[in-house]
Amino acid sequence: MLKISDLRVAVDGKTILNGLSLEVGTGEVHAIMGPNGSGKSTLANVVAGRDGYEVLGGTVEFKGKDLLDLDPEVRAHEGVFLAFQYPVEIPGVANIALLKEGLNAARRYRGEPELDALDFLKLVREKIKLVEMKEEFLYRSVNEGFSGGEKKRNEIFQMAMLEPSLSLLDETDSGLDIDALKIVAGGVNSLRSQDRSVILVTHYQRLLDYIVPDYVHVLAEGRIVQSGDKDLALKLEAEGYGWIEESAGAAA
Amino acid sequence: MSSVVENAAAYVAAQQDTAAQLPGYGLAELDAGRAAALEQLSRQGLPSQQDEDWKYTSTRSITRAAFKPASAGATCPSDFITQSVIEGLNPYRMVFVDGFLSAALSDLEALPTHVRLRSLAQVLSEDATSVLPKLGQMLGDPPHGFAAMNSAFVADGAVVEIEAHQHLERPIELLFVSGCGDEGLVSMPRTLVLMGEGSQATIIERHCSLKEVRSLNNSLVEIDLGKGAVLDYCSLQSQSDRSFHVGGLFAGLAESATLRATTVSTSGALVRNDARINLNGENSTVHLDGCYLVFGRSHVDNHTHISHNRADCVSRETYKGVLGDRGRAVFHGRIVVKQDAQKTDSEQSNQNLLLSEEAEIDTKPQLEIYADDVKCAHGATVGQLDDLALFYLVSRGVKRETARRMLTQAFAADVLDRVESVPLRQYLQSLAFDRLSNA
Repeated sequence: MLKISDLRVAVDGKTILNGLSLEVGTGEVHAIMGPNGSGKSTLANVVAGRDGYEVLGGTVEFKGKDLLDLDPEVRAHEGVFLAFQYPVEIPGVANIALLKEGLNAARRYRGEPELDALDFLKLVREKIKLVEMKEEFLYRSVNEGFSGGEKKRNEIFQMAMLEPSLSLLDETDSGLDIDALKIVAGGVNSLRSQDRSVILVTHYQRLLDYIVPDYVHVLAEGRIVQSGDKDLALKLEAEGYGWIEESAGAAA
Repeated sequence: MSSVVENAAAYVAAQQDTAAQLPGYGLAELDAGRAAALEQLSRQGLPSQQDEDWKYTSTRSITRAAFKPASAGATCPSDFITQSVIEGLNPYRMVFVDGFLSAALSDLEALPTHVRLRSLAQVLSEDATSVLPKLGQMLGDPPHGFAAMNSAFVADGAVVEIEAHQHLERPIELLFVSGCGDEGLVSMPRTLVLMGEGSQATIIERHCSLKEVRSLNNSLVEIDLGKGAVLDYCSLQSQSDRSFHVGGLFAGLAESATLRATTVSTSGALVRNDARINLNGENSTVHLDGCYLVFGRSHVDNHTHISHNRADCVSRETYKGVLGDRGRAVFHGRIVVKQDAQKTDSEQSNQNLLLSEEAEIDTKPQLEIYADDVKCAHGATVGQLDDLALFYLVSRGVKRETARRMLTQAFAADVLDRVESVPLRQYLQSLAFDRLSNA
């Protein structure tokens, strides 16, 4: 599904990702953990195609295509989705208008007919239940005046609507209380399937109690320094990131 | 009349040639008013960038060749009117062709008896004494040569009179079609809206072009709101790219009256709007909004002046502009709080979105406060589309161009969303949508 090789990325002239390699197979859930400033969010944003990230070297292949060559909307049409760490408030653009536009653009891209109003609404009602959001949120401006938890749920709702083959969740657990966390995790789990892959970017192990990953990677100083299964996350939770940073420092 | 400023000479001469044919000629008061305005026009000429109030708006494209005053009798096909109707509005409609009423194209069927819609020409010819005291009263001293010119030639336009305590359900539409006659004509309609105590109405003043000919529309509207009267007013300019529009909105509000006015400019080579609102009675309220969409090489200039003359009045002003291509816009919003106007509550904002490198906005919010117990806020912003919001939309698969349009529309929308009349609001929204889609 996704193959990142030796990726090096700078932001404002400062190298953030420094030779990162990662393979995510179809249907797999990977957790990327690491201390603040290790490059986790940069990785998620580069894959989604946000401006301001300078790729110095390396490749990102998605379903065999050179992802870095595609515009962000085309990446979305190809099946990449980023759940933002800080979802953006967009006054004047209704949630439902964004979804309809995004969903139908992807369908046109795939050569499928656009959903008519009735089918679209049916889909919306089905998916919004997954994240236990009220329907009134559909008609409100995107994220405007939403609480932190509502914003994160809205991200997962959008994800459920767009049915991406690769979902990147950037610190989706941050700022959530336990009930909201369970709802968000439930939404993600409902999308898990043989055809869909998920990358969870997180600082804490807590989320992984609810979304159990197949692989856990530790990112430090711009590259993956340790990979393992879910037990690695437990070790990080118990021992912190100190030992990782020491060993990464020693390796460099 | 000794010396005449050169850029006004042709108009002064034309007025002198035709004055005797103007409706109501011979009425001392009217003749004196026209003569005084003509004298001002001769002395001041048409404005230029040397005038402080025209610093950012060049009138050279207007003054380089004088326009000829349009005369009555030009025609406009009825199809054009049919195609221009605002769906669902169902108004009482007066249509003006190059500034002169066309009774044939107007539709005043079922007009209630407590409302009078007449042409100014008719009123001046038959019944001048009833409106002469009001004509020019809200205008006061013409602020520039164009307004003086309109007053010197004053002949036709709409006279709207609504009796006290009457609530007019259906809106009134004043449709001004220019570009009906030859190349190079100026029309100078004057509209007078007189609303009695406690009356309510909705009026739409709409300017459009039939043909794409070089034309100047020098339009002036005076509004007199009696005690407690409520008027929803909308002025819309969507003329051809070869037309020039100089519009004036001069309103006086008595105690507890409310004016909600929205000015929307979507096209035209040059649009200049002067709005002057006098809050003359305590507890009166004005909401003065504007939306200008400026593309191609268009130029839109909004000069507003709200004067709080009495205590306890409220003013809310929001002007929003979207500029692309080589569009230029000017906003100058003055709010004056007189010494007696204690407890004034005033907010003003001007926000602009620039979509291209070449677009330019000059904005100047201005507060003058002579009272000591007031609440006033004002501000102006100029910005580009938010990159992060744009990325958020495209990361959901929305095409970049669509995303830009969605954000641009969202920016302009809140001014239009406040328009009370649903059919009018929808019409304005779709007009803005089209303008921004093709931008």
